[in-house]
Amino acid sequence: MCLAIPGKILSIIPKTDETFRMGKVSFGGITKEVNLSMVPDAAVNDYVLVHVGVAISRIDEEEAKLTFEYLKQIGETNELNDE
Amino acid sequence: MKFLSEYRDPELARQYFEEIRRVTTKPWTLMEICGGQTHSLVRNGILDLLPDKITMVHGPGCPVCVTSISVIDEAIHLAQKENVILCSFGDMLRVPGSSKSLLEVKSAGADVRILYSPLEAVQLAQQSPEKEVVFFAVGFETTAPANALSVIQADKLGVTNYSILASHVLVPPAMEALLSDPENKIDGFLAAGHVCTIMGMEEYYPIAEKYKTPIVVTGFEPLDLLQGILMTVMQLEKGEYKVENQYARSVQREGNRLAKDSIGKVFTIDDRQWRGIGSIPQSGYEVNERYKKYNARLKFDLNIPLAEENKACISGDIMKGLKKPVQCPNFGTLCKPEHPLGAPMVSSEGACAAYYHYSDKNN
Ligand code: SF4
Repeated sequence: MCLAIPGKILSIIPKTDETFRMGKVSFGGITKEVNLSMVPDAAVNDYVLVHVGVAISRIDEEEAKLTFEYLKQIGETNELNDE
Repeated sequence: MKFLSEYRDPELARQYFEEIRRVTTKPWTLMEICGGQTHSLVRNGILDLLPDKITMVHGPGCPVCVTSISVIDEAIHLAQKENVILCSFGDMLRVPGSSKSLLEVKSAGADVRILYSPLEAVQLAQQSPEKEVVFFAVGFETTAPANALSVIQADKLGVTNYSILASHVLVPPAMEALLSDPENKIDGFLAAGHVCTIMGMEEYYPIAEKYKTPIVVTGFEPLDLLQGILMTVMQLEKGEYKVENQYARSVQREGNRLAKDSIGKVFTIDDRQWRGIGSIPQSGYEVNERYKKYNARLKFDLNIPLAEENKACISGDIMKGLKKPVQCPNFGTLCKPEHPLGAPMVSSEGACAAYYHYSDKNN
């Protein structure tokens, strides 16, 4: 649970209060709603590192893909399937 | 070396091993802080391929391992209350408290739910106005922004039936506690990449300076770890003690300002009990005065006595870097993932479970 998982922002759901800024993020095909309030510059098609439902930093695409593959291999992406 | 195929670049990995072997002339003990790093080192067989002079010891960076028994007891106590929905990350359910685990009280009928994010707990509270929803907020600095955000959101939404049981632990005070222990054997640290993604690197400069110990912020993939180990050993061999950043693709020196802001808004720094290690001053986050109505300890007037730890478990010595899991007399016999005696056997990020699952690579 300590690791952050990279995903791609598919869409951003605008909110008047920045605290609630959400986006749909794809993690290798699994889509989840993620809070984007801590990465205010992140836009659609950007890659972000997500930890327990909150994006904590932006990373580049190449990096995101390699990291995701690694996490998948070691079973760390299972938490995305919990529901 | 079949497992090397799992590396991003096996050839590069081989070169790193070669280089580490070349620069190492003296025995060094390095500690990786984060449980994700421990898992990766053990799973990928890195420990076997490092030169004998390098000893990796496995630090306290696994929330499942360090959350104190009393806090688990608090969560269990809350879960057993009539109108409470206790929400937690899945990893925490199997950790033994003083007499049982959350999983056991769940099987006995308590409303314990596994959630992916604390923000879902706020939604659950909105949907269940007749219930009290409590989120079991464990974790290191990486998890603190999300837990803080849940409180900020609940407050803005006027949700009054939400609270958190905060049991946050902080890395730098724990490093200081380990380094100032008279028995300390740690020569250098691999600091945790995702913790520093949030907090940045500033806190580590005074520690490196005061204890003359190199600290290299490191990622958790095999090549990251190899590079982090190499950078640390090179400093040690030269007698240097700098803070360096191996994980620059995610970590900036100042961290994530907005994430730190939300932590600062909701939490205050407090002394904290670490399972196996004991109390470490100023090493945890508790909900502050401004948001106190979201503090489950105050809301439910919790007064759970400090519990005795199981003396059969030597997890404290493991997390201090004094012993390895296989040196525990109960390892793999009385203590297994199916019936853990101690917390590091529960989560795959715990050192004992990592050794147990991949033991063929570590015997
Ligand atoms: S093997 Fe079990 S009893 Fe021994 S230190 Fe690890 S968790 Fe504790």
